[in-house]
Amino acid sequence: MFRFLTRTHGRGKFDVIDGLTAVYLLLAVLLMFGPILWVALSSFKTEAALQEYPPTLLPLAPITATVEGYEEPLQLFRVTGGEHEGKVLAQIRRVGLMSQMVDPAAPAERLQINIKDRVPEREFALALENYTALFERFNFLLYFWNSVFITVIATIITVIFNSMAAFALSKYRFNGRTMVFVLIIATLMIPPTINLVPIYLVVQQLGLINSPWGVIWPAVATPTGVFLLRQYMLTIPDDLLDAARMDHASEWRVYWKIVLPLAAPAIAVLVIFSVMWRWNDFLWPLIVLNRSEQFTLQLALNAFQGELQTSWANLLAMTILTLLPITVVFAVLQKYITTGIAQSGVK
Amino acid sequence: MAVVELDNLVKDYGDVRAIHGVSLRIDDGEFCVFVGPSGCGKSTLLRMIAGLEDISGGELRIDGARVNEQRASERGLAMVFQTYALYPHMTVRENLAFGLENIKTPKDEIKRRVDDAARMLQIETYLDRRPKQLSGGQRQRVAIGRAVVREPRVFLFDEPLSNLDAELRVVMRGEISSLHHRLGNTMIYVTHDQVEAMTMADKIVVLRAGIIEQAGAPLDLYNRPVNQFVAGFLGSPRMNFIEVTVVSAEASGVTVRDAAGNEYRASVTGDGLAGGDAATLGIRPEHLDIAETGGHPVTVLSIEQLGGDSYLYCETKAGTKLTAHLAGQTALKRGDTAHALFRPDFTHLFRGDNGLALARTVVGEAV
Repeated sequence: MFRFLTRTHGRGKFDVIDGLTAVYLLLAVLLMFGPILWVALSSFKTEAALQEYPPTLLPLAPITATVEGYEEPLQLFRVTGGEHEGKVLAQIRRVGLMSQMVDPAAPAERLQINIKDRVPEREFALALENYTALFERFNFLLYFWNSVFITVIATIITVIFNSMAAFALSKYRFNGRTMVFVLIIATLMIPPTINLVPIYLVVQQLGLINSPWGVIWPAVATPTGVFLLRQYMLTIPDDLLDAARMDHASEWRVYWKIVLPLAAPAIAVLVIFSVMWRWNDFLWPLIVLNRSEQFTLQLALNAFQGELQTSWANLLAMTILTLLPITVVFAVLQKYITTGIAQSGVK
Repeated sequence: MAVVELDNLVKDYGDVRAIHGVSLRIDDGEFCVFVGPSGCGKSTLLRMIAGLEDISGGELRIDGARVNEQRASERGLAMVFQTYALYPHMTVRENLAFGLENIKTPKDEIKRRVDDAARMLQIETYLDRRPKQLSGGQRQRVAIGRAVVREPRVFLFDEPLSNLDAELRVVMRGEISSLHHRLGNTMIYVTHDQVEAMTMADKIVVLRAGIIEQAGAPLDLYNRPVNQFVAGFLGSPRMNFIEVTVVSAEASGVTVRDAAGNEYRASVTGDGLAGGDAATLGIRPEHLDIAETGGHPVTVLSIEQLGGDSYLYCETKAGTKLTAHLAGQTALKRGDTAHALFRPDFTHLFRGDNGLALARTVVGEAV
């Protein structure tokens, strides 16, 4: 790891260019990863800590102590001015600008301290209740399942449909092949918002409003996917397909046993895209899904922002949980993209 | 039993006709080689037989049954491709088994056949490897094995050796020949290499521009080429040609003269020739003798000494380049003047108007 980080651009010593590169990369990491890290840390803060100004980076919670003679645990403060400066005292109650405090070491004596002369004593503490509340008070698992269902099913159908289209467009010669391909690509130029109303009407006529299928079907045919797979399939030698045909393979088997496995690297890319699209999809599900039991995670996140109040702590916790699966998918599949592209049995 | 009959086969690509009515009968157990320069349509013809290209016209029969409409997968043929076309994502064993799995052969039967083929082709040790872990020769064997396990009616080979180096090519040539002897199947083999054609074939079919120029046994084609194209295509180095005019033509032989006034005699029938007709004289390098005296004087341009053989590149007085193949070594040097002897019994003559060969009355090399 250390050797990886201290690698230089040429042979020899770490020089100016290496330094600049390191600074530049560090800045990029900070820029990209900083906000996510902040969200992640903030998701462990209590609601009160989130409202605090200035904000802290780490989730901190006030320290309390049980003092003899008092039933409730009392919050600890460090005194920063006056005659008791430097001491750690427990607050009994606050009256206006003054607070009544007690020294845990000498519980008998009550002290009056100006609130300007004290800062709360805090320690690092994770407010895990943000997360547990998601499962207890909000139906997180239902939303999670809705999202997973839509993402997985839509991705599977996307891969099958797009690869079949790409197979036909790359390996069969038929009249109008180029025309069909151009038409498919041309749909990329139509902004999705323009399609919104017509697609909604179709989905409504099919009775798919408030059904996950209403989200899945309009999304499965993607010109990007067809284009991506077609370009990759063009590189698969025709001889392989002919060899399979000589080996008694039907066209379906040629596609299923030869073309699909060989297009795996391109399919991995499409899977990543499709998972990201469907998982992060917001506008279309918002239109199609109106009942909260059908909500995806993205819609549920949106629902946290109430008209009157927003539960930021829960919202952040849910954001983190929503980010996790997609991060895992990416981490697993990214290896697949970079390897295996060069495999070929054809000399 | 597999007799392949091509009856006036035609292939059109749009407005372009690639195959102009080819008729041919390939007998059961015959090793038939399609040979021709690139673009002559030999691969197209093979792919039409395989079912990978549609047949635009004519009829293709296998064992008497018309198969024009059958798909490649239904014709019961096996093909070995120039690029081997091994499935890269499968092991060698899976490659061999794929065709059998497609026709739902029982598992143990597949295993038996794969093991048999692997033993025969000596690829048992790498059955579990992927194609990219194999060398060119090994891949070639696997590709042949994939055809063998299917026990097809006819084997089709599409330039299978052209990706191998020269040494391996000779080895594989022998192996394919011995495979043919062992299995006795009908085989159709496409190549542009006339050495492969000469050494392996029972029957050679020489194609040019979608037309069969000549079909027959290798030595027949070598000894009695029907026209100048076939004569020039078979044999290496290619036959020497000299533009000549006919001096006299008789049934027993023809006398001709080149631009420099040298006279040659060829043992061919002079039917249909008259004095003054244009013709082309042909003689193979291996039949051109070089001597100190006699014959026609030529200038030596360059010499290739291979130890066992020598190739002499010379020029006649009329400026025609000649190649001579001599057994053994020679003391001639560049720039020397030598004498080329044209033996009438080894000399071919082609008509000037249509390139057709005149029938030879004596075939010197067959005596």
